[in-house]
Amino acid sequence: MKQDFIPLEALRANKPGPANTAVLKATGREPSSPRYWRSLEELSGAKLPEREPDGEPDFAAKLSEKSRRRFLELMGASLGLAGLTACTRQPTEFIVPYAQPPENAIPGRPMHFATAVPVDGIAQGVIVETHLGRPTKVEGNPAHPSSLGATSVLSQSSVLDLYDPDRARVVTYLGNQRSWDDFINAFHQSAGLLQAGAGLHILTQTVCSPTLGSQLKAVLEALPQAKWHQYHPTGAHSAYSGAQLAFGRPVNTVYRLDRADVILGLDSDFLACGQASTRMAREFAVRRRQGNRLDMNRLYVIESILTSTGGKADHRLPMRWADVEVFARDLAAAIGVKGMAASNNNPHQQWISAVAADLMAHYGASAVIPGDHQSPGLHALAHAINAALGNAGNTVVYTQPLEVQPVDQIASIRDLAGAMDAGQVQLLLILGGNPAYDAPADLDLSNRLKKVRTVFHVSQHFNETSVLCNWHVPETHVFEDWGDARAHDGTVTITQPLIEPFYDAHSHAQVLDVLLQFPPRNSYEILRGYWMGEHTGARGQGPGASGRGAAAGGQRLGASGRGPAAGGQGAAAGGQRLGASQGPEGARGQGPGASQGTDFEFEAWWRKSVHDGLIADSAVAEIKPAIAADLSQLPAPAQRNGIELVFRADPYINGGEYANNGWLQELPRPMTKLTWDNAVHLSPATAKRLGIGDQRVVRLNYRGRKVEGVTWIAPGQPDDSITIHLGYGHTNLGRAANGAGFNAYLLRTSDSPWSGDGLQVEKTGRSFPLATTQMQQTLEGRTLVIEDAVGRYQQDPDFVKHLVDEPEPDTTLYPAWSYTGYLWGMSIDLTACVNCNACVVACQAENNIPVVGKEQILSRRGMHWLRIDTYYKGAAENPQAFYQPVPCMQCEKAPCELVCPVQATQHSSDGLNDMVYNRCIGTRYCSNNCPYKVRRFNFLLFQDWVTDTLKLQRNPDVSVRSRGVMEKCTYCVQRIRQGEIRSADENRYIHDLEVQTACQQACPTQAIVFGDMNQRANRISQLKSEKLNYALLAELNTRPNTTYLAELRNPNPALNAQNGGGRG
Amino acid sequence: MTVEEKQLETTRRPEPGDAPAVIAPGQTFGAVTAQISSVPLLRRTIPPLWYIAVAIGLALVLIFLVTVSYLFGTGVGILGLQIPVAWGYPITTFVWWIGIGHAGTLISAFLLLLNQPWRSSINRFAEAMTIFAVICAGMFPILHLGRPWVAYWILPYPNTMTIQPQFRSPLVWDVFAVSTYFTVSLLFWYLGMIPDLATLRDQSKNRFSYAFYGILSWGWRGASRHWRLHETASLLLAGLATPLVLSVHTVVSFDFTIAILPGWHSTIFPPYFVAGAIYSGFAMVLVLMLPIRAAFGLDNLITERHINNCAKLMLTTGLILAYTYAIEPFTAWYSGDQFEIALVHNRAFGPHAWTYWGVILCNVLIPQLLWIRRFRVRTKPLFAISVVILYGMWLERYMIIITSLHRDFLPSAWANFIATVWDNFLVFGSIGVFIVLFALFVRFLPMISMYEVRELLPFSRPGGGSEK
Repeated sequence: MKQDFIPLEALRANKPGPANTAVLKATGREPSSPRYWRSLEELSGAKLPEREPDGEPDFAAKLSEKSRRRFLELMGASLGLAGLTACTRQPTEFIVPYAQPPENAIPGRPMHFATAVPVDGIAQGVIVETHLGRPTKVEGNPAHPSSLGATSVLSQSSVLDLYDPDRARVVTYLGNQRSWDDFINAFHQSAGLLQAGAGLHILTQTVCSPTLGSQLKAVLEALPQAKWHQYHPTGAHSAYSGAQLAFGRPVNTVYRLDRADVILGLDSDFLACGQASTRMAREFAVRRRQGNRLDMNRLYVIESILTSTGGKADHRLPMRWADVEVFARDLAAAIGVKGMAASNNNPHQQWISAVAADLMAHYGASAVIPGDHQSPGLHALAHAINAALGNAGNTVVYTQPLEVQPVDQIASIRDLAGAMDAGQVQLLLILGGNPAYDAPADLDLSNRLKKVRTVFHVSQHFNETSVLCNWHVPETHVFEDWGDARAHDGTVTITQPLIEPFYDAHSHAQVLDVLLQFPPRNSYEILRGYWMGEHTGARGQGPGASGRGAAAGGQRLGASGRGPAAGGQGAAAGGQRLGASQGPEGARGQGPGASQGTDFEFEAWWRKSVHDGLIADSAVAEIKPAIAADLSQLPAPAQRNGIELVFRADPYINGGEYANNGWLQELPRPMTKLTWDNAVHLSPATAKRLGIGDQRVVRLNYRGRKVEGVTWIAPGQPDDSITIHLGYGHTNLGRAANGAGFNAYLLRTSDSPWSGDGLQVEKTGRSFPLATTQMQQTLEGRTLVIEDAVGRYQQDPDFVKHLVDEPEPDTTLYPAWSYTGYLWGMSIDLTACVNCNACVVACQAENNIPVVGKEQILSRRGMHWLRIDTYYKGAAENPQAFYQPVPCMQCEKAPCELVCPVQATQHSSDGLNDMVYNRCIGTRYCSNNCPYKVRRFNFLLFQDWVTDTLKLQRNPDVSVRSRGVMEKCTYCVQRIRQGEIRSADENRYIHDLEVQTACQQACPTQAIVFGDMNQRANRISQLKSEKLNYALLAELNTRPNTTYLAELRNPNPALNAQNGGGRG
Repeated sequence: MTVEEKQLETTRRPEPGDAPAVIAPGQTFGAVTAQISSVPLLRRTIPPLWYIAVAIGLALVLIFLVTVSYLFGTGVGILGLQIPVAWGYPITTFVWWIGIGHAGTLISAFLLLLNQPWRSSINRFAEAMTIFAVICAGMFPILHLGRPWVAYWILPYPNTMTIQPQFRSPLVWDVFAVSTYFTVSLLFWYLGMIPDLATLRDQSKNRFSYAFYGILSWGWRGASRHWRLHETASLLLAGLATPLVLSVHTVVSFDFTIAILPGWHSTIFPPYFVAGAIYSGFAMVLVLMLPIRAAFGLDNLITERHINNCAKLMLTTGLILAYTYAIEPFTAWYSGDQFEIALVHNRAFGPHAWTYWGVILCNVLIPQLLWIRRFRVRTKPLFAISVVILYGMWLERYMIIITSLHRDFLPSAWANFIATVWDNFLVFGSIGVFIVLFALFVRFLPMISMYEVRELLPFSRPGGGSEK
């Protein structure tokens, strides 16, 4: 290091300039060579103390012959001592203090920065916790409309994507390492050869980012012959086409479920999937608990696979994918949508009349939600029904589309394939995505790509597409660079960097800028330049100088330890915080020019927007489109023969872009609890008819294309309908993704992207084990989940008490412990839980929970501290589903405590059941004696102690457990202790809801509430005194501090009678 | 008439009645001593069976060492353990070995106090069996630990952490119970062996064995004062060991009964476990005794009467066990507790039902053959029945542990247990350890108590054998 010491700023590849180039030349180093670093000092280039030349290298050589015996003595002694140190050997590390500490950085105290996590263009505003420059945990941004303080699974897991060890690290040309400068030169030259951009095609995913959009438009203006294609495999294609059908124009639909008394989901998993689901689930739950839970909304769900939303429904009807549109037609007719005629032979006529009556009884206060996987026709019908029910503008709000340029993405990618065939594509720039893997199979992009002279690909992984491209540029993670993104309602968030890019990675905007100017600007300049232009127009609405004041105070609840304006300033410094030797700091250092620095008004607006995580009043305009088409002219869905095949995005890895995220791979799928694989979902009756068992390998023969998958007999699946999830079967993405599941894209064609008939299922005679975290999904007649209709609760508010056999408090030999300080407790509202699993992945991120892999899940050694038990009741064709999150119950009379021989699990004076990892010897008796089976054991060395990037993600406040020790939910004790320290500093008690557990904070529906039960006024105390409150397995007298609120549902009496009680 | 002839004279008297003698007729002090001491002292008396046993045992020990190395290096995850079944083969095998030890103590201490003379010819190796079984048992709780290198934390010792074991945990009681048991058994065994070791010292043909047995015999000269002290110490230790027969397995059963788990949380467990322990212990005594008797030609010292008595004790304890098997479903039904009822149902008809019915078959049905005298006195069927009981008792512990754990309160946590090859290696490896230890004992120590057998001879009775 000592000769070719390069200052960090010189290595900032996104800041090329004469000065830098000079430095680079002087050091003789390629600017973008891969940099592996082992310490922050090495990364930042801080000079390490020189080792004395005659220091310790050869101790033995310095000993004279006389002292040879002494040497041997010492060796013997040290060998003996080495044996005593058991099995861990710590590497030598240097602790070097900051010479110039970054502003507001207090070692040991996290800092929080607002940004957003986009998923296919739609962003959720988040606040990211960083520890000395390392983003470790994502929390929701309470001010952001898509978050309201909660997070989706994908937002939570995004931090692991940042540290993904399989990310592409260097710019490559034909697989060989190149520099960023090489790339921009090559790209610039290739583009320059084209006449007005003729032959240049740009393929992006769905673009909602205003800045990137403006760049694309500028490129198309500058190079009028160039073509822009958009394609995302699981984008809202049908919503676009459906809006075109209904309104003749694209719209964005925002559902306001807090105003909806009756909701009809048409094959839509709106409570658990997508970045808008967090908001929708919150509104749904708030409405569901309205009026002391007596004024409850009602949810009907018709769907082609059992989803979290369907399981939550008061009435659920499994239906083949193709029949849902037929159902919607007849429903539209029953409701009286103009021009619609009932088919009169719908087998679900009773359902239709009941639902129609209920919807019409709530004019303007209902919502019909079509699924993204459904047909355009269904979307059009849903728009018509919503219009007829007076919902449009009330519960269903239409806005301008979020996309910069809404297109039919299937047509767009088809156009690209056509242009490739015609030899028109000279130069293809693929910004993100993996089209060779996920484009429709009939387009065969992996072969067509070979017809293009030069392909540039920018993506985070060197994936299946990258291997077919000439150039590959690593893409920055959203936490590494500047950018912007829109929420589900259009609200813009400036996404700020939280850490220096790990590798030679660059944003889409930066790559695209090569086409606009040379050399390209960096992302910050592009972004700020764009918003400076935008803001000028909106100066009158600017927030003004008062925005500065808003920067004071904590973003995270109770984070009062943070200094004023920490967010805003730290934000600007985000990209540089690692470098202790950094000179210029903040926006000034990176700003496009001094002239803008004088624009105080813009600066204040900018800082406030960056700090708050959203640009105020930036939501897209509401519109009131009229139904343009006569929907009776809609072609009726074709009659389906045989078994239909339905494609769906995976609830977690979506279209496959998150497939290399170990947290997501191991997160149990909501209903099946499957991990690490996708499956061929088929109903029990279909399986029986086909003579196929569970977890058997079958060959799906779909219109001449074949793929092998593994069966999963799924309750609640409609007969003769097989669902497969997209996103699996990667061959070249990363260690977690490769080989997991089968590739459903091999069957998916552009003419029927979501479903089609004519599927043949062929047996292979082989079986293949699928790893599920819950093998038994029946309740076995046990009173574990208490639920009833809201009417019953109204009649008999004490019905829960009659079902629970709780022993008297004095059935013990010992006197009760009196809690004089805090007594922590948790309440979990089963009515509110929608099984989205955000809590599980939040717990995993917060508590350094390892990923164990499929083999270990199969051996039942999953490590999740919190699990959501999903139970089914009733017939397997259409069961009732119940969700029960189960963390450690923190029993007052904990069975685990008295059986531990070494006192490794103890009761704390504030009611926690503490686990002392260092003391645990691993008898596992505690787990045997835990009736809730919430304890997790490190049977092997599950933690990854080797991969450097993963170490950075870990929460420094939580022990990283090694092999042989038991672990479990601690109620996020580190957060409690931080709260105690904070409140003690201020000489006060911890406020209500000041300390939140990770699961609570992530929960979209606020189903989990945690707090001090000793304070009467606290929310937790109120919930505990509710009549619905009950303890799981209360008869065991464990006296858990975690209790549940029984689930209430609101079935429709009319439908209930017809269904014979089969549902609810 | 020489002393020798006089001894023969007394033993030649016909036996009144048809009960087989404890010692076959025609024995003298010298003959008994020569016969027993020839095994440790003379190489040529070692039968081929001994070499075969050692070969098999060492092979299994090798497997055991490989398994243990892998286990310590990698973690208990190589076994079939999981959540919810966090105890598996190691604890099953621990309880099994501890149980086996019990018969030895019962024979040597309990029957000594009850003044049962027939115990004399089998107590030595029954005690050895106890020692080795406890050694094998003692390894398993450590092998089963997640962090075996800190196993000593379970002991109360002064430490800088000023932390003591948690005395409410039955695992701590286990440590005390088993270590006490081991200490008392070892002392008792060794103390009883001192006069015989002195005999071997006196009979030894070379310096090495003279030194070896000389050191071990602590200068025993056979003085009457020695004998008096020896007798007193033996009685005291027998008095100490006798309650241990009942207490150790009672404490082991507490490992289960203290837990709130259905299938474990039961008051019948202490007698149930003690009966089961003695049952399996006698099965092991017979499994060891019958081949050794045949291989070393010990029919004259271990007679049909010993075998018959062991078989009868086995049958008795087996019936006690059958009773507890029968009472378990009744208790579950009578309690009305849904979890207990579900457990009984799951044991009998769940995925591990084969263990339940296997236990019934091996421990209850097949041993009923012992009502027939032929099966009690003929060695081959008895050996087979004993092996079946040993397997049945292992299966019983497997059933208690696995079927209770794998389906407890919350169905969401239910799982199936599948052992790995390493689980089986551990079990068979420990059997190898036992075989090797026992073979070494048979080869180098007096496997039958010479002085006690000599006491059985009519000649040593008051009056020189004038009465039986």
